Amino acid sequence: MNPLSLIVRVGCDIFAWFMLVFGTNVIIHGYMSPGGGFQGGAIAATFIVFLLVAYGSRRVHSWVNEGIYDVLFDELGLLSFIILAFLGLPTSFFFNYLATPLGVASPWFTPGAGTIFFMSIAVGIEVTGALSLVILNMHRGIRLFSESPMEEELGHDR
Amino acid sequence: MKKTLFVAAAIIIGGLLIGALDMVHPFGNPGAAPMDNYYLENSLKELSTENIVTSIVFDYRGFDTLGEAAVLFTALCSITVLFREGRKK
Repeated sequence: MNPLSLIVRVGCDIFAWFMLVFGTNVIIHGYMSPGGGFQGGAIAATFIVFLLVAYGSRRVHSWVNEGIYDVLFDELGLLSFIILAFLGLPTSFFFNYLATPLGVASPWFTPGAGTIFFMSIAVGIEVTGALSLVILNMHRGIRLFSESPMEEELGHDR
Repeated sequence: MKKTLFVAAAIIIGGLLIGALDMVHPFGNPGAAPMDNYYLENSLKELSTENIVTSIVFDYRGFDTLGEAAVLFTALCSITVLFREGRKK
């Protein structure tokens, strides 16, 4: 799990942020274009994969506060998803109470899709946090089970 | 004696299963699907979503999505337990 060379690090710096923005775009436009919460979340989770590949596990684990992924991403996404589902309970579970039919202007600032828009964002947040945490935990598990503890992480270029 | 009994039973049951293939719905011919047609015709009208898949996943079949989220959460919990750091020496 050593950091790679300078060229790879610069390339991953650029493309990691690009993938984050692209995943957010897929999540937000999930109701009207191909994609959605799961797909966009999986794309946005490649951000941490890029950082892990380029910089090595030790440095990335010193940067990342996993409580943010755990609490803010995973639980916020899941809880808002379930709360959005329960809010339609006067009619039925998962009732789309904000939806407007085609051609009718929606009364709120929401798009006509209603709760589909918000649920897509909530599931996107949840999948981003969950997949990032899975990758971080498994990567730390590799370091845990490796035979020699890597004290010095030396790159190819130094 | 026992072996011939087994062979005869296998032949009878296999023949019955192969014969039952005759009643299986023909492959590649979905037939009447009122549910699918309802989604295709009404998702744009009712919900004004251009993406029919998203309207099915998050609205019509939202309960399945809740199950998927639960599966993901369970996988995350089990991986966290599995790869947790051991006790400090």
